[in-house]
Amino acid sequence: MSPSPVPAVPSSAPAADPLAPSAVPPVPAAARLSGHGLTVGYGDQRVIADLDVAIPTGQLTVIVGPNACGKSTLLRALARMLPARTGQVELDGRAITAYPPKEVARRLGLLPQSPIAPDGIVVEDLVARGRYPHQGVLRQWSDRDQRAVDSAMSRAGVADLSDRLVGELSGGQRQRVWIALALAQQTPILLLDEPTTYLDIAHQVEVLNLARSLQREGFTVVVVLHELTLAFRYATWLIVMSQGAIVAQGPVAEVVTAELIEQVYNLPCQLIVDPVSGRPIVVPQEDDVTGNAVGAGPVGDVGTAGDGGAAGEDAR
Amino acid sequence: MTFSVLDDSVPAGAGPDTVAGDGGSSDRSAADVRVTGPDLSGAAGPAPNQPARRAAGLVGALALIVVAALVSVAVGSNHLPLSQVWSLLLEPDGSFESIIIHQQRVPRTLLVIVVGAALGVAGALMQSLTRNPLADPGVLGVNAGASLAVVLAVAVFGVASIWFYLWFAFAGAALAAVAVYLLGGAGRRSPTPVRLALAGVAISMAISALVDMVILSNQAAYNEFRLWAAGSVEGRGYPVLAVVSGFIGLGLVVAWATGPALNAMALGQDTGRALGVRLARTRALAMIAVTLLAGAATAAAGPIAFIGLGVPYLARAIGGPDARWSIPYSALAAPVVLLVADVCARLVIAPQEIQVGVVSAILGGPVFIAIVRRRRIEAL
Repeated sequence: MSPSPVPAVPSSAPAADPLAPSAVPPVPAAARLSGHGLTVGYGDQRVIADLDVAIPTGQLTVIVGPNACGKSTLLRALARMLPARTGQVELDGRAITAYPPKEVARRLGLLPQSPIAPDGIVVEDLVARGRYPHQGVLRQWSDRDQRAVDSAMSRAGVADLSDRLVGELSGGQRQRVWIALALAQQTPILLLDEPTTYLDIAHQVEVLNLARSLQREGFTVVVVLHELTLAFRYATWLIVMSQGAIVAQGPVAEVVTAELIEQVYNLPCQLIVDPVSGRPIVVPQEDDVTGNAVGAGPVGDVGTAGDGGAAGEDAR
Repeated sequence: MTFSVLDDSVPAGAGPDTVAGDGGSSDRSAADVRVTGPDLSGAAGPAPNQPARRAAGLVGALALIVVAALVSVAVGSNHLPLSQVWSLLLEPDGSFESIIIHQQRVPRTLLVIVVGAALGVAGALMQSLTRNPLADPGVLGVNAGASLAVVLAVAVFGVASIWFYLWFAFAGAALAAVAVYLLGGAGRRSPTPVRLALAGVAISMAISALVDMVILSNQAAYNEFRLWAAGSVEGRGYPVLAVVSGFIGLGLVVAWATGPALNAMALGQDTGRALGVRLARTRALAMIAVTLLAGAATAAAGPIAFIGLGVPYLARAIGGPDARWSIPYSALAAPVVLLVADVCARLVIAPQEIQVGVVSAILGGPVFIAIVRRRRIEAL
């Protein structure tokens, strides 16, 4: 897009200016999925407290943040996998808990972190199980189901694998099969919980390309990611979380600054410009001679709180 | 899901439009994973995307049931020529031979079919519900509960007829299953599979200890129990058949109806819920079906081992991991296995009989080992 002759960005510079402007309008369309005053946790622990969030419709929203910051918890709460202790999740203007479960599953698809592929199942049969919310006891399979499965498989690029055993596939192929399952649900909203974990860089790109092409087709896509370079590259809307709260959100170019990353990740760093996408890349600052690169002040607080929240994500 | 070592060979198609282009990367793993070899069905693994083939398999199983049923009617401790059996089957004439066929062999054969179907489906449900390939209806405490009820019926009430056992055993099985369900879910919204299995094993052990206590102190109870506990379908007659058929029919319908939800749950708890499955309701329905099926079967024939454990494997080997198919396959394959066992039970030391439960376990063991060695262990 805009290859910069001098890619290094001083860590103190305001991020928006030197970075390539985002193609995305700064004000997103109204949200179909939102959380209001959400408090969610595991056991005695509150992972997120009194959090408000709106998922912009038609965007590829990426949620990032350090381990145990509550990003997966937030996603799972939005997908009604975790009950809200206070507040509520709203889907299309109504509390998500007010819908019958199958009705939610026709509006919102979730790819959880560790789905299980039954032994000996072939791709098409697995994807076909995504039709569950559209079926009743007496109406178990129809041409419409078959068309939805075919279209989901070709969208996810797994149509030519349809009679392969899922267990034989590569990690990237398998992840696309799972996304095809969520697509077969025919939901306008798709939530993907760390879909690139355990994948090498090529497969990560493959999965995120799919997420982007879905967003361009009109889906509202939400992805939880660890990898910042890819997160910044693919997000049309970025949500940055820390200690169970949203600390920044918006288009990448307006949100990401070296100060923000340093504060959230407790990692002194510089930003450089991705020569391909024009988006920022985080370059960690080298340690000083004493090996002590950590500054004073708020940084210490972040570290402490991050440790405290660790059990939350482990409990998943 | 782990992505272990499968994704290291070929970089995937790079661009957004070529995502389908990397099909070659996993060829080398195919030989390890694909189920090959002559398994019992003759089919090499599940037939992908071929409902017609799966349906043909069901028809084949049905034909096997008919054949096995005819054999079951034709053989027994009284030697009757095949032509006579056939003509008497079509035209009963009130003779001794005719009574043997119509009052003994036919209801016995029908009972074996019904009980077999019930045990097979109950086992398939238990394995899919607990995600444990070792689960059988006994894990739910059904056998233990029925056993305790039977020995108590004999010891306390002096009851000694299959008609009364039937009701005691069914009530005992149902009570044990409810206890397992409640304890497995104590203080929780819904029992988890692991909790259920643990509660079932614990309660079964406790109940078995009670059974031992009763039969060790009561000779009459011991004598009745040792016959009942071996599992037999001899001399049950039409009344027993009619009663258990009702319960089992209901159980089969409930089991069939939970198939799609069980399929969705098989993808993991989160995936199941994301697809709109009500986990608690599905588990409760499946438990009710298991209780009806295994409870009625055990009440009618005593605890019969192996069918509930081994037949679902066979069914998945033929029909694949889809519950909408493995449940019907279990329902049709189990009667064939049990009919064969029952015929053997009558032939091996004719004119005496062995208990069918003994034969099914003795025959089933090697078959089961063969299945397990041919296929990878099914990780449910």
